[in-house]
Amino acid sequence: MNGNGADGEVEPLRALVVRLAGDSGDGMQMMGELFSESCALAGHALCTFVDFPAEIRAPQGTLPGVSAYQLQFGAGRTLTPGDRPDVLLVMNPAALRVHLCELASGGTLMADADTFNESSLRKAGYAQNPLVDPDLRLRFRVADLQITTGTLLALADSALGATEKKRCRNFYALGVLLATVDLPREPVLRRIEAKWRNDEAVALANSTALCAGGEAGVKLPRRNVARSAPRPGHYRKINGNEAAALGFQAAARIYGKSIVLGGYPITPASSILELLARNGSPAVKTVQAEDEMAAAGIALGASWAGSLGISVTSGPGLCLMAEFLGLAVMAELPLVVVDVQRAGPSTGLPTKTEQSDLLMALFGRHGESPLPVLAARSPADCFAVVFEACGLALRLSTPVLVLSDGYLASSSEIWRIPDPDELLAQRGDAPVVPDGDYQPYRRDLQSLARHLAPPGEPGHEHRIGGLEKNEQGWVSYDPGNHELMVKLRARKIRNIAQRLPPLAIEGDKEADLIIVGWGSTYGAIAAAVEKLCAEGRPVALAHLRQLAPLPADLPALLERFPTVLVPELNLGQLALLLQDRLLRKVVPLSKVRGQPFTVVEICERVRELSRGRRTA
Amino acid sequence: MSTTVAEFTPQSYKTDEHPIWCPGCGDFGVLDSLYKSLAGLSVNPKDLVVVSGIGCSGRTPGFVKSYGFHSVHGRVLPVALGVKLANPALTVIGVGGDGDGFAIGGGHIPHTARRNPDFTYLIMDNSTYGLTKGQYSPTSPLGFQAGSTPYGSIEQPLNPLAMLIAYGATFVGQGYSGKPRELADLITRAIQHKGFGFVNILSPCITFYNTYKVIPPKIAEVPKDHDVSNRAKAFELALETDHVMLGVFYQTQRPTFEDGVAGVIKQAQAAGPPRLEAIFAEFS
Ligand SMILES: Cc1ncc(C[n+]2csc(CCOP(=O)(O)OP(=O)(O)O)c2C)c(N)n1
Ligand code: SF4
Repeated sequence: MNGNGADGEVEPLRALVVRLAGDSGDGMQMMGELFSESCALAGHALCTFVDFPAEIRAPQGTLPGVSAYQLQFGAGRTLTPGDRPDVLLVMNPAALRVHLCELASGGTLMADADTFNESSLRKAGYAQNPLVDPDLRLRFRVADLQITTGTLLALADSALGATEKKRCRNFYALGVLLATVDLPREPVLRRIEAKWRNDEAVALANSTALCAGGEAGVKLPRRNVARSAPRPGHYRKINGNEAAALGFQAAARIYGKSIVLGGYPITPASSILELLARNGSPAVKTVQAEDEMAAAGIALGASWAGSLGISVTSGPGLCLMAEFLGLAVMAELPLVVVDVQRAGPSTGLPTKTEQSDLLMALFGRHGESPLPVLAARSPADCFAVVFEACGLALRLSTPVLVLSDGYLASSSEIWRIPDPDELLAQRGDAPVVPDGDYQPYRRDLQSLARHLAPPGEPGHEHRIGGLEKNEQGWVSYDPGNHELMVKLRARKIRNIAQRLPPLAIEGDKEADLIIVGWGSTYGAIAAAVEKLCAEGRPVALAHLRQLAPLPADLPALLERFPTVLVPELNLGQLALLLQDRLLRKVVPLSKVRGQPFTVVEICERVRELSRGRRTA
Repeated sequence: MSTTVAEFTPQSYKTDEHPIWCPGCGDFGVLDSLYKSLAGLSVNPKDLVVVSGIGCSGRTPGFVKSYGFHSVHGRVLPVALGVKLANPALTVIGVGGDGDGFAIGGGHIPHTARRNPDFTYLIMDNSTYGLTKGQYSPTSPLGFQAGSTPYGSIEQPLNPLAMLIAYGATFVGQGYSGKPRELADLITRAIQHKGFGFVNILSPCITFYNTYKVIPPKIAEVPKDHDVSNRAKAFELALETDHVMLGVFYQTQRPTFEDGVAGVIKQAQAAGPPRLEAIFAEFS
């Protein structure tokens, strides 16, 4: 390693970005999870990003088989996983080839030099060993680690076979890494013990490798990364899908409703189904349906019969649910569907993130079929948004779509566990059925929600379905009645806008430029806004949570800003919608590379726009 | 259930909505048999759920005093399953046409049969698409001439009974709308069956494919000595297509889906408190 290291550092670093990359068989995701867990336990704020190939096991050592995990950790607001890593740890040449271009200049490169042999170099497309390139050592601080030999040496006495011993490499590497940022090994040791409870030999080998890595790591320069001051409340690390699953469980509990989840496995939504299947509360029942039509049908049938029906899916599955969503609009029944978006169309890039289902969520049904659409802005926000969506669905008797995406699904941040009383305070109730004759389409005059009467009650027998009905619940082909009902259903949803809190503006409210974002891009946009304002370039930010109906105060608010910039991971879907509402051009910033925005990309576009304004 | 006092009569299940079917449609016979069967079983309308798909037959829930859900084309079975999961105490009956059940909704049949939820599924099989004006359906005979098959259907019809037996349904029977008394008995047995009770009901479409003259001469009863628990024999009977065989082909007992769900919840609870409770408990 070059330089005298960071041992003497006085000022702790506010944040550090670390990326771990290796073959998808190298256990990089587990290593990343364990590393970020250690950071969380030590009191670091953090934000993580996982990037793995679509194939479970792409050919070993090849470029498409590279799997990566990145996190930014430190103190204070940590909005993104970081643009470029300060530390890059690679387990093989392919990982170096894919990721070196993003290592910050002057950053630290840790590589398992043992793997840079002829055949691996060839698979990665290197003619020569890049680690011996003097130029590399000029640009970066290079730590040549011997992760493989180090692991094998430490496990010389182990009874495991050579292949099994090699599998412990990731723990050796983790040991190195923990030592360089001064994090204890104990939490990882506890995890190893729990995970391999039934396989003592493997547990011992992993622990041994971890400690050996730690011994090697202490010889490297150490970095002092700031930790957040302890705050009141209880915190845990959570990813978006975990948060969504907990949001549903919280809704079941707060609303006293049982939940029936009809689901069908699809990346990146499956883990919500799996988490809720493991749940163990009589309040949540899950079915893995035969397809997404069945999934939505099971959920809707359950909702009509008195539970809250929910489903979780991604774009292709949402397509199959469209007909049932239309029925849910017509029959006015609660239903919550989470669309964890991925890059499409069709199978697209199934493990990569995108925000390209917005227009489908808003308009992708036949007939006039409005429904509320909410989007989560961060992993932990998936909890709040799902909880809110359940409340809306139950109060207004309507299907609700929640948009998350592949990035939020697997990224983690630190989440303050809410107090049940806070959640209880947010609870609103559905209208109660008045005495007397039950009329299925009679409404609460305030919310316009219809009165629901699930089967089992004497005197409330009724028939509902997809045919247009009048207030009494009889099928009606009367043109006037249809028009009335279409407008009532639309008004019920539109009225939600009136009850939304005023839009929050971040950044500089007096700026000439406002960024309007939605969903998972919040972290990168907010970090960019902080940075731009700090460098004396005023920018404002309005980040939308409710996409349908749009907040009532949005048009007036945007009128104050000469320039409206709309960054999206699609070709301009919110931009299209805003232009329609505002009757004015907005500036889209599109990215469809299967990756989230970097902070720099947003900053650059803003700088360009303000340069343009000055010269115009 | 009381056997002395008739709490409910067939009349108890009529609604104010008059069936919109063509006079002479077989579905009238099915509806009457259903009323009779429900009265015989004294099913309280408050606990009765009728779920349907789309088609002429799909309008049935409108005509039965109950909680009725007229859903979308082909999705009777998932909706019925959702209802049962939300409230296992309800008596749930799914109804639909042969197009609804075997064409667009055919993908749900094997999985419902495997799961064995405790509800009844009545197919009103007229071997045509009534509501869309008489196109061929999965049970139309080879050579069936209609709007979309002007030169005759070139597809082999499917055999609903053999299909359901093969998929593992636990109750499989066939009835005919022209024999309402026998049909009512059959529906009763299907409702009483604990598990997925499937009844294929031949219910002619008088307007687009009048089979009132074709069916009766071919009718035969399932032999009195047929052992309904013998799956191979049931399959053999189902494959005998020279006759239209009426009665119960197959019946067996297996735990229901709802039982399974209850068992899973018990296991999960034994494994520890639900995660949310555990998290909330951290700070209480
Ligand atoms: C998704 C969808 N596709 C097509 C239709 C049109 N459609 C309505 S009923 C029907 C077929 C009806 O035939 P069947 O299910 O046999 O019932 P029957 O009318 O004969 O009782 C069709 C194709 C529809 N309602 N929905
Ligand atoms: S078209 Fe056929 S199936 Fe439909 S109501 Fe008329 S007779 Fe019955």
